[in-house]
Amino acid sequence: MSVSGSNSRALPWALVTPALAWTLLFFVLPFIAMGFSSLTAHEGGGFTLANYSQFFTDPSYWRSMVNSLEVTAIVTVISILLAYPFAWILAEMVPQRWQRLALMLAVLPFWTSYVVRSYSWLLVLAQNGVINRALTGMGLIAEPLQLANTRFATVTGFVHFFVMLLTLTIFANLKQLSPSYRRAAADLGAGPVRTFLHVVLPLTLPGIMVGAFLTFVLCIGDYITPQILGGNNELVMPQLVMMQIGRRGDFPLASALSIILMAVVTIAYLACARWLKIERA
Amino acid sequence: MRAAVRFAAWLYAVAVYGFIFLPVVVLVLFSLQATSFPIPPFTGPSLRWYQAVLSDARLTSALVNSLLVAVLSSLASVTLGFLSAWGFARFVLPGSALLRGLITLPLTVSYLIIGMGLLVLFNWAGVPKSLLAAGIGHVVINLPLCFAIIYSQMGDHQINIERAARDLGAAEWKVLLLITVPVMAPAIFAGFFLSMTFSWDEFVISFLLTRFETTLPVEIWNLLRSGLNPKTNAVGSLVFAVSIVLVVFFELTLLRRKPA
Repeated sequence: MSVSGSNSRALPWALVTPALAWTLLFFVLPFIAMGFSSLTAHEGGGFTLANYSQFFTDPSYWRSMVNSLEVTAIVTVISILLAYPFAWILAEMVPQRWQRLALMLAVLPFWTSYVVRSYSWLLVLAQNGVINRALTGMGLIAEPLQLANTRFATVTGFVHFFVMLLTLTIFANLKQLSPSYRRAAADLGAGPVRTFLHVVLPLTLPGIMVGAFLTFVLCIGDYITPQILGGNNELVMPQLVMMQIGRRGDFPLASALSIILMAVVTIAYLACARWLKIERA
Repeated sequence: MRAAVRFAAWLYAVAVYGFIFLPVVVLVLFSLQATSFPIPPFTGPSLRWYQAVLSDARLTSALVNSLLVAVLSSLASVTLGFLSAWGFARFVLPGSALLRGLITLPLTVSYLIIGMGLLVLFNWAGVPKSLLAAGIGHVVINLPLCFAIIYSQMGDHQINIERAARDLGAAEWKVLLLITVPVMAPAIFAGFFLSMTFSWDEFVISFLLTRFETTLPVEIWNLLRSGLNPKTNAVGSLVFAVSIVLVVFFELTLLRRKPA
């Protein structure tokens, strides 16, 4: 290289330092600040573990964590069960030349504004919304059903989002699968069901796990969908965090709850680490 | 039997498409509603709610704010991401795997927690809530994306072109500006447009870090308090249209690299 010695040592650092500094200053430092804040009292200052002990002793706080985990688990399972056959159909039954278009269509609503997408489910699920109007119009029900402001609505809104996401990841996974595996299984006498259960499913499991992990992380940390569709009947963790800030300005408690939320995600990551690593290799 | 399975599969696909498109179709359809409630039966078509949105000063200024924050924060993200990707791809740095991990770390943390952290920090430092504060948060979430996209596209054939330029006497900054940036343009644009779509649509960070001047998703959130309203449908449909345009740009820039 024609670059002089001292210059070539300084240059790479000059290139990477701005990005590193930004991350340290506006991502790592805030996190440390949040850690400190979580250990202080809302009024008066001084170090205390009260914010954490409040979470572990107050049943209503526990309840929101249980709600979060339940909703996330339900959403993850339903989304995978819906998305897998769909991705399969797109990958196996749609002719090659239409696949790209079919996939793009399937994820097009992905790009509507996230807030607006939750709101548009409200139009569908409300008392006088599309579903209730259709059902009463057909004479199937006399009184409109309570669909909005329920866990059902929250789950529907989430599943809508994650079916699109999982269709993408599972489709990519299925396309990477070499057809020779399936041909070999068929040659050895396995029927389509056995081929699927013993060959295709295990080989696509890493992809499913990555998708499931993404679903878990994004779902448990989301405030918008539960707030718009679930209402305030059963709170999830992000709603509880926002409540501490919005109503009471209690930053220390909100910080502690955020850190607990992050710890749960980290545990989920460690539980999935085996599959997540496979994917990276 | 086989025909029945095929039929069931197609039926299933149509049902899933229906599920995916239902809310979006309802949104756009009732944004064209002539009467004051976005509920069936459809009384349409009318553009009056689009007119109402475009003459609403709060919404239009929020729209301008959103575009401003999206463009500027994406420019910052893509610049920082490109420089660091080039640095990591072209030079051997001590602990570079760890440092690369640090840059991509924010991808694994929810936006709510990133926003919370910045709120606590800015509160301590006495930095007031503003569009600038929200923009800083948008760079935090988009920098790792830009870095990852551009870093993954740094190939070996570019090294040779850069080396040739250096051998011909080009200074390092000339190599960067005249060789690397043009060669990497598709990845750079892809990073830029993807950042734009995420920043344009981002809610929680903007909600936490702005007060008087705010972005469109936050303003839409405020509109939601008034219940179902065709104006919200109209502004939502407009947001959708802008996102689609940005995604098309993202697709075009990413596709353009394929033949190479």
